Amino acid sequence: MTIAVPPELVARLSALRSRGQTYSRDEIAEIVTDLLSTLEGDLSNVNLKLYSELEDLAQYILSAKQEIAALLPDEITTQHLPTATDELDAIVGATEEATNGILQAVEVIDSLTSEMDPATAEKITEAVTQVFEACNFQDITGQRITKVVKALKHIEQKVEALVAAFGDEIQKYRALHPDRQQVGAAEDKSSDAALLNGPQMPDDAAKQAEIDALLASFD
Amino acid sequence: MSVDMNMNILIVDDYKTMLRIIRNLLKQLGFNNVDEATDGSMALQKLRDKDYGLVISDWNMEPMTGIQLLREVRADSKLKGMPFIMITAESKTENVVAAKEAGVNNYIVKPFNAATLKTKLSSVLGQF
Repeated sequence: MTIAVPPELVARLSALRSRGQTYSRDEIAEIVTDLLSTLEGDLSNVNLKLYSELEDLAQYILSAKQEIAALLPDEITTQHLPTATDELDAIVGATEEATNGILQAVEVIDSLTSEMDPATAEKITEAVTQVFEACNFQDITGQRITKVVKALKHIEQKVEALVAAFGDEIQKYRALHPDRQQVGAAEDKSSDAALLNGPQMPDDAAKQAEIDALLASFD
Repeated sequence: MSVDMNMNILIVDDYKTMLRIIRNLLKQLGFNNVDEATDGSMALQKLRDKDYGLVISDWNMEPMTGIQLLREVRADSKLKGMPFIMITAESKTENVVAAKEAGVNNYIVKPFNAATLKTKLSSVLGQF
């Protein structure tokens, strides 16, 4: 699209420039209005329709952004995914600890076979071997969980990119709805569901002695 | 030729429980001189410091994987003839092909049992 600026407008702009001084707001507004009036004449119906469609599209994107921002997607990367990966890491740690405990006990049994009669020792050795074989599961589950953790981290990166693309849209939503999280938390705390936390992470879990002390504090 | 049951065997895996399982199964088969490493680079150092008759290695380890260890072993003039068994959960054809091309002597897929381990050891070392 080319714009032909009318000669009278060019002359007017030159005159203003030659004055070499500041211009009033009214003068600038008048010039801009004149310039816009020249633009309108050059817009085809197709262009106008295109601009209208683009405006609708921009409005649609803005509306979608606001709706997605209302979902607070940043919580996925700040809370949900880190919690999930921590839980999975704890599973690997717990199964490893349990497997080592099993292996240690079975090694003791295996070492006692030399004190048994040959027939019994053979049966015990066979059973011990089966336990060793069964303990393969820890390595396999550990590797599978590691793959899941990697997948979650990949999702986390994608969501982080999405959150970054939103700019300050999410913060704006938070500013407009400051009590949204607190309301949800208050609702949960008022129900039994708030007590269903599942196993605690090893570092957070209370020891039996701490539980006993807490119980004793009620007496 | 009979198998030297006193040979040093190096087992390599980043899971301590797996090292423990393999060590116990080898012990049941009569191999008592077993050393451990938790990745390829640690294994390579041990192989250069001591004489071993066999390496049993996992694939998926960091920083040096089992396949990298295998390639390093085959590229080393003193170690290139070392019997090498891969024991791994990587069971795709492309993995087996890559290991074979790198010079692996045998390949065990996890989870495995004692009978499979004995069969593969016999295949690589001879009957015992």
